[in-house]
Amino acid sequence: MLSATDVSFAYDGTPVLAGVSLAARSGGVVGLIGPNGSGKSTLLRVLYSALRPLGGVVLIDGTPVSGLRGRELPRRIAVVAQEAPPELPVTVAEMVLLGRSPHRSSLQSYTADDHRIAATALHRVGMRDHADRGFATLSGGEKQRTLIARALTQQTGHLLLDEPTNHLDIHYQHEILHLVRDLGITTVVVLHDLNLAARYCDHLVLLDSGLVAASGPTEEVLTPEVLEPVYRVTVRTIDDGDCRQLVFRPTEAARAQDGLPALGVPAGHDAVSEPDRG
Amino acid sequence: MTQTAHRATANPADPAPDDLDRRRRTLHATLWVCGLTALLLAGIPVAIGLGPVPVEPGTVARIVAAHLVGGLDITWTPSEDSIVWLVRAPRVLLAAVVGAALAVSGVALQALVRNVLAEPYLLGVSAGASTGAALTILFGVGASVGANSLTGSAFLGALAATGIVFAVAAIGGRITSVRLLLAGVAVGYVLNAVTSFLIFASDTPEGARAVLFWLLGSLARADWPAVLVAGSLLVVSFAVLLLWSRRLDALTLGDDTAHALGSPPARLRAQALVVVALCVGAAVAVSGGIGFVGLVVPHVARLCVGGVHRRLLPVSALIGASFLIWADVVARMAFVPRELPLGIITAVLGAPFLLFLVRRVRSAA
Repeated sequence: MLSATDVSFAYDGTPVLAGVSLAARSGGVVGLIGPNGSGKSTLLRVLYSALRPLGGVVLIDGTPVSGLRGRELPRRIAVVAQEAPPELPVTVAEMVLLGRSPHRSSLQSYTADDHRIAATALHRVGMRDHADRGFATLSGGEKQRTLIARALTQQTGHLLLDEPTNHLDIHYQHEILHLVRDLGITTVVVLHDLNLAARYCDHLVLLDSGLVAASGPTEEVLTPEVLEPVYRVTVRTIDDGDCRQLVFRPTEAARAQDGLPALGVPAGHDAVSEPDRG
Repeated sequence: MTQTAHRATANPADPAPDDLDRRRRTLHATLWVCGLTALLLAGIPVAIGLGPVPVEPGTVARIVAAHLVGGLDITWTPSEDSIVWLVRAPRVLLAAVVGAALAVSGVALQALVRNVLAEPYLLGVSAGASTGAALTILFGVGASVGANSLTGSAFLGALAATGIVFAVAAIGGRITSVRLLLAGVAVGYVLNAVTSFLIFASDTPEGARAVLFWLLGSLARADWPAVLVAGSLLVVSFAVLLLWSRRLDALTLGDDTAHALGSPPARLRAQALVVVALCVGAAVAVSGGIGFVGLVVPHVARLCVGGVHRRLLPVSALIGASFLIWADVVARMAFVPRELPLGIITAVLGAPFLLFLVRRVRSAA
């Protein structure tokens, strides 16, 4: 169980989060969605106390996260952050073993158990055969899988991911999120792609300019009525078997607001175009 | 919940569960450490023996043993005794200490600012030390304290410079890698300008020459007190950094990752900087500005054992120690009776290797 209550934050006086609340049940996957600059990544960083909120509290299984010192934090929460690949060389095995560091004091070396846990995690994400490769030489999908293996190696009950599908092709987007979904850990994941959120999240929190615009079960948040004012596009829903998917079109009103010219309608296109929702 | 999931995938009945080739990994690192230690220890008596007056390594070992434990028949001349014990032994050991200190500091700084081109002098340490040294050489500042005033003023200059870099980098918030780099470069330039101005203001050719020689690095002033003081600072810094090795690993991956793995980056940077400043300050104070060791040796060590600091720190220290011992032998022997500044040799040897590394880094990225 991971919860944030009434969290606010500001960078150098510019408010980024204003009274945001979120709750992730045990074993559930919560998606954080919202336009660029809505505060998704900032909220995630507040959740693992990389940023100290100006107000509000984050609880992890009832304990304030700000009170977790040193190695206590990474034994409770694993994080797959968005960072530039390291300039200094590090292999996949070394990267994943680092997930065991919160379980060992500075004087202890990694035990045989630690190595086994790391090997198991690498197997699980299909990266065992790449253990001795340099992290920098991996493809985008392999990098993400390695980082998830490191998070698994931490053996925490909570997992936070910041746009884990960024720069991945469609196959790996689904593979990564499928893997995360299957872990059965309490997860909060920042996602840009609403269709991925529709398929893999139980609950969604929609942020808009640092405020919660909507929050609830995935089906209730991903509706045209909720999304259109926030994203300023026309939204249409499709039922793809058991899962709702979304189709987007730019709206004339939003383009005009941004100072862009109206969309030219190609000749003969009127017949197939849909009535505007606006 | 995850723990049960993990156990379930690892089959307990498997006779040899996959342990990520732990033995091979450990053995690889152990072999490097043992091999390099043997190389260093074997090199010390040989390097002590080399010089304008050659002394057999066996004789060197007996002279050193006689001084340390006593009770040996004296089979050597008094001049051999004083050459070995008073001149060359402290000099060779100081070379080892300074080489190890520069290499270890280089490793730590490259992790702290997450930049492959970081080196110990980045923090303005050498610039500060040279300003301090110039004050003493040119204007006799602190000369009343005694014979070690040069070392002392260089050390104080180094610490003062680091303090300024630190304060500048901390202006307006947390110490990030970029802020630290910029502050180090800026303070370095200012202090170098101060040193140049001191040389200009003193208007003595010999003084200017002495400062220049000091800036290029030399171990000619080596004595036992220098070895003991610099050596103990090295041992303490090395031990602390080794204790923090996994935090340094996490820091190389990024500030957010470091935080998520339980090492708040700003605090670790501040703490490690203090340790590094002491270590580099001691090295610079006793040897002047020896370049390239702190930049190149960490990269050589990474080629040997990879980027994990628990292995990288000892291997870098061993390579740095051996490297500087032999660079100093060249400095003593190349133009007898004149001594070549050590910095010239380390630059000549280090630069080509750096170019080789640039090629490697490019092809790996």
